[in-house]
Amino acid sequence: MRPYLRYLLPLAIFLVLVGFFAAGLKLNPREVPSPLIDKPAPAFDLPLLSDVGKKFSPEQMRGQVWVLNVWASWCGACRDEHPVLMAMSRQGALAIVGLNYKDTNAEAATVLKNSGNPYQFVAVDADGRTGIDYGVYGVPESYIIDKQGIIRYKQIGPMTANVLREKIMPLVKGLQ
Amino acid sequence: MKARHKRAAFIIAGLIALAIAAMLVLNAFRSNLVFFYTPTQVVKGEAPQNTSFRIGGLVEQGSLRRTKNSLDIHFAVTDTINRVEVIYSGILPDLFKEDKGVVAQGKLDNNGLFHADQVLAKHDENYMPPEAAEALKQAAEINQKTSKSLVMPEAKP
Amino acid sequence: MIPELGQFSLILALLLVMLQVGFSFIGATHNNQLWMSVGTSATRGQFIFTGMAFVCLAYAFYANDFSVLYVASNSNSALPLEYRLAAVWGGHEGSILLWTTTLSLWTIAVTLFSRHLPAVFRARLIGTMGLISIGFLMFCLFTSNPFDRLIPAALDGRDLNPLLQDPGMVFHPPVLYMGYVGFSVAFGFAIAALLGGELTQQWARWTRTWTTAAWIFLTVGIAFGSEWAYYELGWGGWWFWDAVENASFMPWLVGTALIHSLAVTEKRGAFKLWTVLLAIVAFSLSLLGTFLVRSGVLTSVHAFATDPERGLFILIFLGLVIGGALILFALRAPQVGLGGRFGMVSRESFLLSNNVIMIAATGAVMLGTLYPLFLDALGMGKISVGPPYFDAVFVPVMTPAIFLMGLAIFSKWKNDDLPTLAKRLKWAFAVSAATALLLPLVLGKWTPLISLGVLMALWIFTTAFVSLRQRLQQRQQGWLPALFGLPRAYLGMIVAHLGVAVFITGVTMVKGYEVEQDLRMSPGESAQIGGYVFRFEGVSDAVGPNYIAAKGLFKVTRNDKLVAMLVPEKRTYMVQNMPMTEAAIQTGFFRDLYVSLGEPIGDDAWAVRIYIKPFVQWIWGGCLLMAAGGLLAILDPRYRRRKKDEQIAP
Repeated sequence: MRPYLRYLLPLAIFLVLVGFFAAGLKLNPREVPSPLIDKPAPAFDLPLLSDVGKKFSPEQMRGQVWVLNVWASWCGACRDEHPVLMAMSRQGALAIVGLNYKDTNAEAATVLKNSGNPYQFVAVDADGRTGIDYGVYGVPESYIIDKQGIIRYKQIGPMTANVLREKIMPLVKGLQ
Repeated sequence: MKARHKRAAFIIAGLIALAIAAMLVLNAFRSNLVFFYTPTQVVKGEAPQNTSFRIGGLVEQGSLRRTKNSLDIHFAVTDTINRVEVIYSGILPDLFKEDKGVVAQGKLDNNGLFHADQVLAKHDENYMPPEAAEALKQAAEINQKTSKSLVMPEAKP
Repeated sequence: MIPELGQFSLILALLLVMLQVGFSFIGATHNNQLWMSVGTSATRGQFIFTGMAFVCLAYAFYANDFSVLYVASNSNSALPLEYRLAAVWGGHEGSILLWTTTLSLWTIAVTLFSRHLPAVFRARLIGTMGLISIGFLMFCLFTSNPFDRLIPAALDGRDLNPLLQDPGMVFHPPVLYMGYVGFSVAFGFAIAALLGGELTQQWARWTRTWTTAAWIFLTVGIAFGSEWAYYELGWGGWWFWDAVENASFMPWLVGTALIHSLAVTEKRGAFKLWTVLLAIVAFSLSLLGTFLVRSGVLTSVHAFATDPERGLFILIFLGLVIGGALILFALRAPQVGLGGRFGMVSRESFLLSNNVIMIAATGAVMLGTLYPLFLDALGMGKISVGPPYFDAVFVPVMTPAIFLMGLAIFSKWKNDDLPTLAKRLKWAFAVSAATALLLPLVLGKWTPLISLGVLMALWIFTTAFVSLRQRLQQRQQGWLPALFGLPRAYLGMIVAHLGVAVFITGVTMVKGYEVEQDLRMSPGESAQIGGYVFRFEGVSDAVGPNYIAAKGLFKVTRNDKLVAMLVPEKRTYMVQNMPMTEAAIQTGFFRDLYVSLGEPIGDDAWAVRIYIKPFVQWIWGGCLLMAAGGLLAILDPRYRRRKKDEQIAP
């Protein structure tokens, strides 16, 4: 019996390693789970980019599923995300609201004028305080918010066609 | 008989070598593991004095100051709740920017000033160093627990 | 159309490789020649279609097809052509395709150069390699398809990470992968032998060439990567003990152990089980490296955009392949038997000790790499294990191995005795030790580590020299014809070992005598560092194809004579808005001058880092020598001659 056990030793070591790897996969160090998931979206009341006199607050979106997309003209990844947003808005499956984060109105407006505006509203968060309420780590980030105003999903980094197809659209279908 | 002795000698030599290697590893671990603390933990006094550790968070907006005629740099690392003043002498990584994630490694002095001997930023502008993200995450959790009112650290002390 | 063609080729390749596996194994079980040869033919098809998929992806990059998601995320129309092509493996999906393509390249090489192997053994070998291909093709198709479309197409791409826009990117990944993946051949040989239940000395000879070939690629690949980090990361380091570096270094260490253990198995029939286990472990570590890099369980400067789903796929695949191999090992090991006996003092025992040491070193590296993951998995907090740990463990663990290296060159197989060895080597040791003690004093700085480094390097040099002289004296010829008359395998061994000595010299000198200064410099200012005067002339602006740059100009003089004009740059890549430091280096045989530009810090002044790095090129020179030694050994006609013999009488 003993000699056989000896030959099983490499396998045993390997299995322990696999156990740790399996556990490690769950703890993706890059993924920062948002404490906001399944919590009400923090309220805010911010001026609109299109008309500084008017304001936007999440209350207005009650009763529909929508995306809050945090973006800025200075953010390179947002430019990559832009075509995906445009496609989303063309499909019209859900409303997209922009949160223009730590940006200047002139530059933000220029970007939308030149490459198209996928947003129903763009709220201006010039000092980034609303962003902090939402726990924004980096731009872009997107939040899927349901009819009751609860955050259901958070996308850190740009949304890609893949993410849209495989994660967001199925989720949105369920919510609607 | 002789073969068995030889075998025993091999095994003993192997075990001694293994023991030495294990000792080296443990010893190196003891002195070279670098623990990580968030600014909040540092302010609460949970971080050790006189031992090197890592601190992560955002470079506070407006906190970056240079000293004339030297390479000394002052900045503050914040997790949006608490802040730690950092001093570093040397060249900052390319992606070091105010309001971006950063990880600094060094020691804390008696006045709560963190003397960094290494400053790390990620090689990709869209990602945050994991430790920095961790600090922000913990801070966000604390926020959720206490109240909704978040006090932004003032830009200039 | 072209991307769909690529996707279709991949699917065809997957079907063909399934045929390859099925026909090979079933044919081998029933000893059916026809089935086995169908399996081999399927290999060709698999190779052609995998290669075609690769070409299709390269074409998409060439043609700036931004309707392909992978192209849009890793390329840009302003990117120069050579980097557009290198961008094929610049991201996750493409590098998996490169992995798969490399594997099919090795498989086809095995079918071409293994005609002399017994048919059943060969079929099992090809079948095993096919199993690995299936895993990677499925991985490619199901979780990391590089041909996914982006609809609507992007107007322009997101650009390749500026760090990767370097000639190093053109060579480093393919060469490294050739090495990584090459160990799959040794793995295939091990599995085929275990399946057949026979581990012969002949088996070791067949395996040796393939293992050495993969090892050469891996050595060169790692050296490339290290040199690249040295000049591209901009801050003068050449090895960071980063998780991904370790992931390539661990298979190298085990591969090195495997080469030596194979030598013993071939010559003396000993260590069979150990050898076969090493062959499995070497490839397992290659797979493990892939898992670590792709799954995102560890973060590192190399980390690709990661996805736990992909990690899960590789983990399951890893579990099946390695777990299966180790179960097979446990089942068959008791039947293998021990092989030739040897004494306490003999070449076998020295080589065995070295093997154990190298595995211990691998274990220490692995522990340091994975420890943060273990703690995190157990919920015990976030830590990092830095380079000091690795330096503190690796050097003392490897030191005895270096001394045994010198002994092993000399000692006889089977049995030798210490007094004779000591007598033959006493001069080598005396010269090394005396020089090691005195040389640092002459150079102006003495530390125990410098002395140790010099001692180790000289010990290898002198023992190699004594061994060579002895061999030459045995031949009654002039030394030059005698040198060429020596077996190439022996010469290869000497050259590779000298490579280690050169490498150690480089590391010792850099660590011991490097001068580093961070300075604040304004135009017109000079700094005197290590006998050189660096004068900062100023900064001018420049524009590259996809970046803008500030170019500094440094005039380096020594005793008022011009040594070099160095032009370090600070670039900002426009698409990703990413700053990059491009160091300026003047390389030399005995020292490198290294200047990099930090950032402007007001009043025209810049933060500047200046290094003088003595003997730093020897580090990579040593690696290339090791690889050259491996090449010499492979070219030994002995292997080919015996192959012919076997063909006649199997």
